Amino acid sequence: MSDHPKIPAVSMRGITKRFGSVTANNHCSLDIQNGEILALLGENGSGKTTLMNMLAGLYYPDEGQIFLDGREVSINSPHDAFSLGIGMVHQHFKLVDVLTATENIILGIGEKGKLDLKAAAAKIRSICETYGFDLNPDQKIYDMSVSQKQTVEIVKVLYRGARILILDEPTAVLTPQETDRLFTIIHNMKDDGKAIVIITHKLNEVKRISDRVAILRKGECVGVYPTSEISIQEMTDRMVGHKVVLNIERPVPKTPPEQKIFIRNLTVVDEDGLTRLDHVSFYMNTSEILGVAGISGSGQKELLESIAGLQRVQSGSIEYKDDSGNLLELVGRDPLEIARLGITLSFVPEDRLGMGLVGDMDITDNIMLRSFRDGRSVFTNRRTPKKLAGKIVNDLDVKTPSLATPVRKLSGGNVQKVLVGREIASAPRVLLTAYAVRGLDINSAYQIYDLLNQQKERGVAVLYVGEDLDVLMALCDKIMVLAGGKLAGIVDPRVTTKEAIGLMMTGGAGKEEQKNG
Amino acid sequence: MTTLIAWINRAVWFGTVIMFGSTGEIITERSGNLNLGVPGIMFLGGFAGFAGAYYYENGTSDPSAALIILIAMLCGMAAAALGGLIYSFLTITLRANQNVTGLALTIFGAGIANFFGVQVLNGGTSVKASTSHAVFATPIPVLSGLGAIGQIFFSYGFMVYLAVIIALVTNYFIYRTRKGLNLRAVGESPATADSVGINVTRYKYAATCIGAAITGLGGVYYVMDYGYGTWSTANSIEGLGWLAVALVIFATWKPVNIIWGAYVFGTFFWLYNYLPSLLGITLPNYLVQLTQMIPYVVTILVLIYISAKQKHESQGPAALGQSYFREDR
Repeated sequence: MSDHPKIPAVSMRGITKRFGSVTANNHCSLDIQNGEILALLGENGSGKTTLMNMLAGLYYPDEGQIFLDGREVSINSPHDAFSLGIGMVHQHFKLVDVLTATENIILGIGEKGKLDLKAAAAKIRSICETYGFDLNPDQKIYDMSVSQKQTVEIVKVLYRGARILILDEPTAVLTPQETDRLFTIIHNMKDDGKAIVIITHKLNEVKRISDRVAILRKGECVGVYPTSEISIQEMTDRMVGHKVVLNIERPVPKTPPEQKIFIRNLTVVDEDGLTRLDHVSFYMNTSEILGVAGISGSGQKELLESIAGLQRVQSGSIEYKDDSGNLLELVGRDPLEIARLGITLSFVPEDRLGMGLVGDMDITDNIMLRSFRDGRSVFTNRRTPKKLAGKIVNDLDVKTPSLATPVRKLSGGNVQKVLVGREIASAPRVLLTAYAVRGLDINSAYQIYDLLNQQKERGVAVLYVGEDLDVLMALCDKIMVLAGGKLAGIVDPRVTTKEAIGLMMTGGAGKEEQKNG
Repeated sequence: MTTLIAWINRAVWFGTVIMFGSTGEIITERSGNLNLGVPGIMFLGGFAGFAGAYYYENGTSDPSAALIILIAMLCGMAAAALGGLIYSFLTITLRANQNVTGLALTIFGAGIANFFGVQVLNGGTSVKASTSHAVFATPIPVLSGLGAIGQIFFSYGFMVYLAVIIALVTNYFIYRTRKGLNLRAVGESPATADSVGINVTRYKYAATCIGAAITGLGGVYYVMDYGYGTWSTANSIEGLGWLAVALVIFATWKPVNIIWGAYVFGTFFWLYNYLPSLLGITLPNYLVQLTQMIPYVVTILVLIYISAKQKHESQGPAALGQSYFREDR
């Protein structure tokens, strides 16, 4: 920090934005300096993205002023934002699948003259070299991984000459290694004098990368602090407004665990002939939360879908012990039949949408998707699902204008609460969840953990696929580690260490990379 | 040999009608608008073009060839573009269902053309604009006299060559220009296009209206050259319109493929008339309709093939048939 006050790259003063009766931002003021990384921290629905969308030209503030380098500006469209040097990378990528990286990057730029893709590709390569991106300009988007698509998005805003970069939850979809690579690049951009805003709710990332952290709570700017002078506990307190106990409970079940599902030598081969699961054997107990740890894409999805009957199994068996002690083979059984046995699956995919919920239908209708088959008459019964919907909205604190709002209009975290809430409400015997807290703020995440613990106490066998090792260690009774589709081991989180699990996870990492490459 | 040349000629005439139709429809569909109103738009274009030429021809003692061409083409394109504008307003601004709107436009176009056609027919069943037909059917001088080569390549009216040029220009536009890239983005993912500052509504309107104008030229060619400059109470323009829609899929939305695809369709369509005599057999009447079905069968086979291959580029614009709401992003 220099001695005399610098003119900030961006200065937002008294910004207010309302959507109908909901105030998304209430007199927010924020400065962003050149050559700094500012973390924007807040719970889901605290107005982080809305505030930044006003810089990106997607929304126009109802009140307040925006200054760039001390000059007041009016940003009416994304085009205005681009020409002012502001670029935002959204959570849901805006890319055209059938076009190449280059075509996507130059899309919409109103340059004169002939379309020269070669010159554009050369410019892209030089940007990649400057900041350390790994990108093939001629690759089509549909051939790319999530992390590569993100790279295209970032290069896209840099190509347009952005000097103020806003990244909306950039690490939500990345593996730890990809996150490391991204952070290196962000540091390079900072050294280049760019002003960078990272919207996030991962506290350790705030600590790791940012110079200053601005905290939002319910649409208001609570404060801006140098990251080095604020502890994680303090950040949490300011973010949620009241003290959150960071310890997750692991209650001892009242009934002793019994073996419920036996999986033997489960092998899954995908359409491309790649082995996704390789002779995996384990069993699941009642009254127990079995955690699944692993780098994303290590076979978690295939495992869950195999149990739920959605995946074609190459070989192996999945046996389920019903209440009277009979063993039932699940492989080859119809998914509906498996669901009737009380096995439910709630999978939150990387893009958080699309799995298990119908976007255009409201909360009640989505809950009916689970229960409508039970009805005996020709007509559906909406009363019970509606009551349940109201209960889920109440209990899980889902932020929605009404029960009749289509779920696609809810924010990501709220959509997830509806999904998990519905699965739990069906009183399952076996509960399979994957990434249930993906993208959720701390408060909502703890509500989900509580719900899982309640299920465990009810005697349900819970399978919890998670990303955060700290959470897995605190919540689960046992942790199964998957590495490249193989079972690396099952450990007791009470006696093992995070480092030990991390090592097991990467045991097959080299192989995984080979497959992708 | 004579039969073979006659077959080729017939295929080229026929192909030219649907080439215009498909080229226009590709431009429209690239913006994400599935306009099933192609037959109706061809009707509008064909009738307006004919009426313009017919009234000019009969209203002056010494009609000029250049003016006939100009009037016929301008009237045809204007009427067709108007059809495209109606479609655009309903689907883009009012966000009506594209399929329903397109089908309605087909019925509307045929109805309007036949309604005003009564005025032109003036009580008869058909009228002919002979001078205009002669202008449109004039073959290329000198070259068309070069024996078989001249017969196969140079014996057509100017619109046959115009169709090929428009298809080639369209191909260049879509794949080699900035505006073409923007248009493709609008059809694939309007939200993405919108986020980078492309005016989605303007592109959709422009593509649909320009596309309709080109489609309308197919109608003009159908009446003025293919149909011998005759407007009658009964014509088969609608069938050709549907073939144009099928050809877009057959060509996997690429204008270069339209050029040969149109001639292939023409060859198949007229197969019943020429192949039997080439082979020295007689085709029973009931098989005629069956053989005319071949282009549709081929299109279905192509559809099966491209969906089995799962090649992203052959699937057609991803947002085809969907209205764009900005609030949904």
